[in-house]
Formats: sequence, structure tokens, C-alpha cells
Amino acid sequence: MNFQTTIGLEVHVELKTKSKIYSPSPVEYGDEPNLNTNVIDWGYPGTLPTLNKGVVRDGIMAGLALHANITHKMHFDRKNYFYPDNPKAYQITQSDTPIATDGWVEIEVKGKKKKIGIAEMHIEEDAGKNTHTGKYSYVDLNRQGTPLIEIVSKPDISSADEAVAYLEALRQRIQFTGISDVKMEEGSMRVDTNISIHPFGTDKLGTRTEMKNINSFNFVKNALEYEEKRQQQVILSGHSVTQETRRYDEPTKTTKEMRSKEGSDDYRYFPEPDIPPLDVSDDWINEIKADMPEMPNSRRERYVNDLGLSKYDAEVLTQTKEMSDFFDAAVKEGGDPKRVANYLMNDVNSYLNDQQVDLQDTKLTPAHLAGMVKLITDGTISSKMAKKVFKGIIAGEDPAEYAKSHNLVQLSDPAQLQPIIDDVLANNQQSIEDFKNGKDRAVGYLVGQIMKQTRGKANPQVVNKLLMKSLNAK
Amino acid sequence: MSFYNTSISELHQQLVNGDVSATDLVKRAFDRIEETDDKLQAFLALNKEAALKRAAEIDKAGVADDQLLAGIPLAVKDNILTKGLTTTAASKILENFNPVYDATVVEKIKQAGAINVGKTNLDEFAMGSSTENSAFKTTHNPWNLTRVPGGSSGGSAAAVAAGDVLGAFGTDTGGSIRMPASFNGIVGMKPTYGRVSRWGVIAFGSSFDQVGWLTKSVKDNAILMQAISGLDKHDMTSANKEVPNWAASLDNASVKGLRIAVPEEYVSDKLDPDVREVVEAALKHYESLGATIDTVKMPHTKYGVPAYYILASSEASSNLQRYDGIRYGFRAKDVKNLDDVYVRSRTEGFGEEVKRRIMLGTFSLSAGFYDAYFNKAAKVRRLMANDFFNVLKDHDVIMGATGATTAFEIGSEVDDPTKMYFNDTLTVPVNMAGLPAMSIPAGFSKKDGMPVGLQIIGKQFDEQTLYNTAYVFEQTTDVHKRNPKLGGQD
Amino acid sequence: MAEKIDRQEVQHVANLAKLSFDDQALSKITPQLEEIIGLFTDLQKVDTDGVEPMYSPTTEVNVMREDKGIRSNQREALLKNAPDTQDGLIKVPAIIDESEDGDK
Ligand SMILES: [Mg+2]
Ligand SMILES: [Zn+2]
Repeated sequence: MNFQTTIGLEVHVELKTKSKIYSPSPVEYGDEPNLNTNVIDWGYPGTLPTLNKGVVRDGIMAGLALHANITHKMHFDRKNYFYPDNPKAYQITQSDTPIATDGWVEIEVKGKKKKIGIAEMHIEEDAGKNTHTGKYSYVDLNRQGTPLIEIVSKPDISSADEAVAYLEALRQRIQFTGISDVKMEEGSMRVDTNISIHPFGTDKLGTRTEMKNINSFNFVKNALEYEEKRQQQVILSGHSVTQETRRYDEPTKTTKEMRSKEGSDDYRYFPEPDIPPLDVSDDWINEIKADMPEMPNSRRERYVNDLGLSKYDAEVLTQTKEMSDFFDAAVKEGGDPKRVANYLMNDVNSYLNDQQVDLQDTKLTPAHLAGMVKLITDGTISSKMAKKVFKGIIAGEDPAEYAKSHNLVQLSDPAQLQPIIDDVLANNQQSIEDFKNGKDRAVGYLVGQIMKQTRGKANPQVVNKLLMKSLNAK
Repeated sequence: MSFYNTSISELHQQLVNGDVSATDLVKRAFDRIEETDDKLQAFLALNKEAALKRAAEIDKAGVADDQLLAGIPLAVKDNILTKGLTTTAASKILENFNPVYDATVVEKIKQAGAINVGKTNLDEFAMGSSTENSAFKTTHNPWNLTRVPGGSSGGSAAAVAAGDVLGAFGTDTGGSIRMPASFNGIVGMKPTYGRVSRWGVIAFGSSFDQVGWLTKSVKDNAILMQAISGLDKHDMTSANKEVPNWAASLDNASVKGLRIAVPEEYVSDKLDPDVREVVEAALKHYESLGATIDTVKMPHTKYGVPAYYILASSEASSNLQRYDGIRYGFRAKDVKNLDDVYVRSRTEGFGEEVKRRIMLGTFSLSAGFYDAYFNKAAKVRRLMANDFFNVLKDHDVIMGATGATTAFEIGSEVDDPTKMYFNDTLTVPVNMAGLPAMSIPAGFSKKDGMPVGLQIIGKQFDEQTLYNTAYVFEQTTDVHKRNPKLGGQD
Repeated sequence: MAEKIDRQEVQHVANLAKLSFDDQALSKITPQLEEIIGLFTDLQKVDTDGVEPMYSPTTEVNVMREDKGIRSNQREALLKNAPDTQDGLIKVPAIIDESEDGDK
């Protein structure tokens, strides 16, 4: 029997606002437990939510970035459930009127392009964090109320590879809006997924299983591939798939049944009476549209068509908004696009990998990178010297000054080079003879001698030109 | 000595002149509470030390002409948060709960220099019509100690009626200010939904709850209402509407030409005949002063009780989920696991009526019942609101009885929730529509001598017309001049 | 639509609400709820075709706060009210139900 796979993804994205969605407590990570909390975050009697305008704005921007329709008239809803990290025992979310509906992103898997639909996205609050040790659990409410966007895909995804490509496309587009870091390893992007299989040629979807909070793209792929096979085996062995939530276990790369109580999934949604409805105007949407940074696909087209980069280079440079912004700024400073791209993709990226830092955490500026590239282009420094100058600019130094003070400037002045060349020729009569007898090797030897005399600083192009002239004149 | 036969303006003048001190007034309030509260059981906590300290500060600074509330002793219903003073909502689940912030309404009266003398009893979480649902005590009606004071603001109403203070906070979700005002022969105002901030007010039914005042007089009520009204950035449902000086124009108030609508249901034969007689006499009195009276139909009135109990209980079931024994309040002893913390803390912490409403609300919202109950009730709510809006298109106010009866005997209805709920038939529709409404003393029942309230309902944000209308009645009748005897005293 | 609510339904609702009723309490509340819900059923008589539900009488719309972070300094007072804490965290008996972990 052949099966068709249907995958659904629910992605939670944490927004980088200054304050929480329904309370003015700061959104900050790594602080002492419960420091960034107030009576609202603790669900105190008598407290009421106040809606953060920045979250609505960011939600609209995300909707626009995902080609979705923005909902004009919307309200919030309560989702009721008891849990220690959920202080009001309800989450304020949107169920009737999500902020945006019917969007899509484009993915490419093995050269095939496909549009993946987004059913809806809504804004809501994050819960606190629990830690467990033996007999007790401990609750930190710092994260409680952090704004989230939940993005729900349409059942268009049919393989683990497509799922990962979809997540990558989502991550990239959201990242380019600047509203979230969208980092799975830091929890600012979290993925719940569900998967079902049904026999090829039939319409009815099979029973699905869900997996929650899988925290890397790789794990998503592993989990889905494992679960796809497991379901096939279940069905082929004559059993049926149980609807349940399973946990991905990385060490064994398998999924396991989760402990849960039944019947706790009646969330009793109803409209949130403490937040008056919204009626979003076209003017506001247009304002947000105008504020929206250029999306990665439009940048890639520009890089290939206007700047002459390869498709591959354009892909790499648009992995993150920071990289792409940096590239654009360096080109604007006059850096040769191809050279700037090469430095970013090679030297800069390997530095970032080695140091485990982000581009914005270094002291490198677009002006300095462009400056270094210009020094190479005009022959002031060699590519070899540039390796050394790079150490300076990554530490925040000006490339020209650094090259000068570290004696990394090429000797390109013929008036300075000619006497050295004359001297070398005078001391190597045999090589001149060899050259005249057609032995090309002699030129290489002579250049080597000249480079030795100048301790490697001679500009090879200029040396070559002057040397050939001198040799031909003999 | 009680605060009968005086007013905020009069006490204010005495304070400005130095004829009396804030300390005198606060002591007078505590003396009176001591005299009456053994019988009434109106207070859950007294704020003696802090009140005297605050009074001393005010005396030291002196009371200026424009500080109308400085030095005036008032009481606060115990579902309104007071920083540093326990707030329990009359529930075991919040026994000893120490709020870490003040409700906006409390902060406002504090700013104005008024002095909180203590927290008054209520039905647990404001759920009830008799104040018998308090986890801590039963409050008695000062007009007849065997009767209930109404609810849920029964402690506040009894304290005001007994002359302990001139004003006390109430909250009104389905009649909890108006009903006790009616049962105690005093003035109670439930303002337009959104007129007053709900920040710091323990939520019952969030789309119904409003804070208001119970006072002896109409003018005092208007003065106090002005002090707590207005936009509050902590409450997104508080209205961005100008707050008039309602008291300023009362002396020129007239009801000549006032168009009064009287819904058949509000004076029907379902009312106790003595109550009906008093209400009809009050309407005649308005007519004699030049008002016109039209009898109108409000066909959805009879659905008010079921629709209200579905919607308010649904909201309550959600609002009360936060009382889970995790972050504050009561946690059951000797719990074995997390579910025990939840289930046992809530089961032991909540009283019967609260649990009943949580059950009703949870049921109405649960899978399979939402459309038939919650959403159906929300549609009926729209129809009820439209009934009001239509009548108020060509009438200035709507009048009728506040309650169908006078205060009933303690213990007579407490085990019959359905009967208890129907006491609210004439008050809940107003909360469904979010309109302002008052209950004022209209007279006394011939049969039992107990006070009868007249309900006056107005247009959204038109509290002025209500105060004007109420003031004219008060000033042209003697009803308000009678005070309870507290079982022989006074 | 169930017009009657039986003991089993009451138990189910109690589970959702995190309440428990022993036998005696169940025998008391079940008929009470049945009576009240019977009352609710009256609403079915009202023709509400095409009627927009009204969830709140508020006249406000588009109420929002500017995105500004404010630290409350309420941490100590909040922890003090908690029944059990440790190292600035709220302490509870171990959570064993994994399915509800984290956000929704
Ligand atoms: Mg959600
Ligand atoms: Zn979610």
C-alpha cells in the first residue's frame, strides 16, 4: 500500500517588543526569576489586561510578510485551562477573528517550487516557565505574557523536507520584518507539528498524531520522518493510529507517547470581555506596509539582476536580515559587490562561526569592509594582506589606517621598484640568458627575488609589468 | 452618634470652618460602628489605625474649600482591593489575602482625602442577593434584624442605612447595588458600563460589573460618583467620556416635561401588592410634578434572568479559575499532588453558591453547549439591549420597582437558588444593556414597614438625568427622613 | 441538546472546573443545576435568527497602550503572598502532565 502524508505545522514566534502583550512588564531574557512580573502577570484579583499596540502592529506586519489578509474587525478570546505557568487559568488569544488569514509562502524542494498555504495567524500571550526537580515543580513568570504570533499552516505539506523548507521560509520572512529573532535554539521560534497518512488515491485524511515543541529544524525532520514510518507500520500491521500527542526523543530519534490526562482539552473559548474590539483602518495597514523592510526574495532578485551575483551567493546573503542589510550598506559605501559578498560569505561567516557570535555583536562596520575591499581593488593591499587587515577591521579598526600602521601597504610606485628590479637583474645574468632562450621559468624566479627584496610588499602586477619591460629591453 | 441628618457638603463646611476635625468624624464613624455592628455584622475588617493616622494628617494640613471629600469617612465593599488591608471577597479562598495595590476607585477617593474606615460584607465574590453567601458572617437589615439586607453589597447598604458612614462602595453585576439600596431605604447608583474603572475590583461578570455608591442622599451620591468616574488607563473598557459635575445643577433640577416610560413588567401583578402600591404612588407623584408617564412593553424582560445567569456565570467561571492555590490565597493542606492543589483548594475554598455558578458557567461554555447556552444568551442580550434603546429613543428615563418584594427573612430563600435568582428579574436587564440605573427610597410597605425602592434607568452616560430625577423626588417627599431603629435604638 | 443534566454530566463539568463533589454534595447540586438549566432552556423560545450576539455593552474600540516596558518592583510582595516559594520561584507539587507544558 502506498501512502500520502499530510503535515500541519503550528509555529509560535516570540515578538521582540519592549513590553508584554497585556501588561507593561518588560520583555527581557535571562533575568532573575519573576523579576519582570507584576500583578497582571500573576493573575492577581482585580487586574485587567491592557493591549500593547506594538504587538498588533507586529502582527499586522507578519501578516503582510506572509501574503495574508489582515482582519479589520477583530476581538480577543479566552482559552481556559489550568496549569501552574498559566496564572489566570486562561490564555488571552484570538480564536474567532485571527489577525490575519489565508496567506502563503513559497518553498523549493529538490528544484521544485511549491506554495504552502497559511490558514491563519493570531496574536496571544506566552506562558511562564516550569522547571522540575523530583517531587516539586517551580514556576517563573518572567516569560508569562510575552507576545506570540501563532502561524497555522494549511494541509499542503506532504513531506518532512517540505516541512523544513516551509519553516525556513517562514523563519526568513519573519526575520526580515525585524519583529522577532525567530531562533529555535533560543525558543523565539517554536514548532508543534501534526502528521497523518492515508492511502494514495483516497481523500479522507488519516488520524493524526501531534508532536510539541520540537526545538530544531533537524529534529522536526527526524521526528516527522520517524512518525511517518511508524504510522505506516501501524497501519500495515493491521492496527489503527491513535490520536495522541507524542514527544520527540532526540537520543533515539524516535517519538514516544506522552503522559496526559484525558478530557482536559475542552478549552471553553469565549470572547474576552476585558478588551474592547479592534477595527483596524486601511491607513494603519498602509503605514505598516510602508515601514516594512524589503523581503528576502526581492533582495535576491536585486542581487542577481542588478549586482551580478550568482543565485547561490544571493541565497547565502539573504539567510538573515542582518547579513543582507550589511551587504547592502557595504555596497552603498562603494564596495565592489562581488568582493563584498565573498568576504561576507567566507571570512566574515567563518569568523562568526568560530566565535559563535552574530554579525551585530562584532565591531565590523559596512564602511570598514567596503574600505578594505576598495584597498584591494585599487591595489593598495594584496588579497594576502587583506587577510591581515581583516583582523583589524573585525576588531573595529579603520582599514586604511590599520594597513598603514601594520606596514601592510603594497609597493606599487615604479620609481621605488625600478632600482630594485635593476639590482636583481644585475645580480642574475643567468636568468636573463634563460629568459632570452625562452625559458619562462626564469621570470618566476626573478619575481621571487624581487618579492624577497621587498619582503613581499611589492605589488605583483606592477612588478610583472616593469620586469617584462626591463627584460625585453635587454 | 450616627451620620443621620447630615451630608457630605455640611460636614465639609464644618471641616473647613474648623467646627469639627477629621479625627472627630473618623472616631464618630468607629463609635457608631461599635454601637451597631454587633447587630448588623456589616463589616469584615476595620481600618482603625490607618484611618486615624490619615485623619490626623488631614487635620494637620487643614481642609481647603475645594477638597470636598477630605476627612469624610467612607466604607469599601470587600471585593475592592485596598493595599495593606485584607481583601477577601467574603471568600475563604482569599482569607488573609493582602492586595499589593489599590483599586483605582480606592486610589481616587484616597487622593481626594476621603478616609476608608473598613471593608464591608458581601455575598462571596458578589454572587447573591442577600449577603447570606458570605463565608464569614451574615449581615442583618437595620430596619428589621431578622431580614436580609439584600445583596450582594449588603454590608455597605446596612452600614449606610445604620448611619455608620455617609457613603459606601458597592458593585453591581446584576443588581447588587440597587437591590440592597431598595431593601435598606437608601440611594444606590449603578453607573453606565465603562463610567468607572474596574481595575482592582475583583471580577465577577466582566461585561456587567460596575462600581457605584450607596448613600443616604442623592446629592452625596452624585458627589461621590464624580470622584471615582472617568477614563483609567488600567481598564480598557473604561470610557473616554467627560465626567460632569452631577451635583452642581441638582438644586435647579425639575421633572416638568420629563418623559417617563414604565414597562408593564416593572409594575406587574407579579410584584408584591404593597411594593406595587408604593411604586405606583411614586409614579403618580412624578406625574403631579409635571412628568408624563407612558406604559411600554419590554417583551424580553422575562428572559433577563436566564440570559443573565448564563452569561455572568460563564464569565465568572473563567474569572474565578485564577483562584487555584498556586500563587496567592488559600492552598489546601496535605495535598498529595498538583491536581490536589487545584481541586481541593477550590473545593474547600469556595462556598456553595460560588461553586454553583462556576458549574453553571463551565457547563454553558463547554463543548456542545456553547451555542445553545452562551451564544444564545448573548443574542438575547442584544434583543434586551435593543428593547431599552428603543424605549429610550423617545423617553428620558424608565421607571419601575427595583425588587418585587421588600427584604425577605434571613434563611428563607437560601436553599432555593432558582427563587433567589428571580429576585433579580427587574435589575439584571439593565446590566445586560450596560445602562445607568438607580434605586431610591420610594416609601414603605404597609404590610411589613420595610423600605421599597424605585428604580430609575437612564440612557448611556446620562447619569445627570437620573440624579436630577431622583433629587426632585427626594426633595419633594419625606421618605428619606425616616431612619431605621436597629431593633429599638435611635 | 441535553435538557437534563445528570450526575455524570455534573462530574464532567466539575472536572473541567477543578471542583469535586462528594456523593452527598452531588445529590444536592445535581437537581439544583437541573432546575436552573431547565430555566435556561426557556431561551430557546426566543427567535434570534440573524441577531448579532452582544458580548459586552462597551462603546470603546481600538483601545491600545504604547509599547513601553515598566518594571513593577512588585516581586517581593508577590512572592510573599505565594503559599510556597523557593529561590524566587513559585513552588508546586510536581507537574506530571506533560501535554499542557508551555504556551498554547
Ligand atoms: Mg493559540
Ligand atoms: Zn498558541
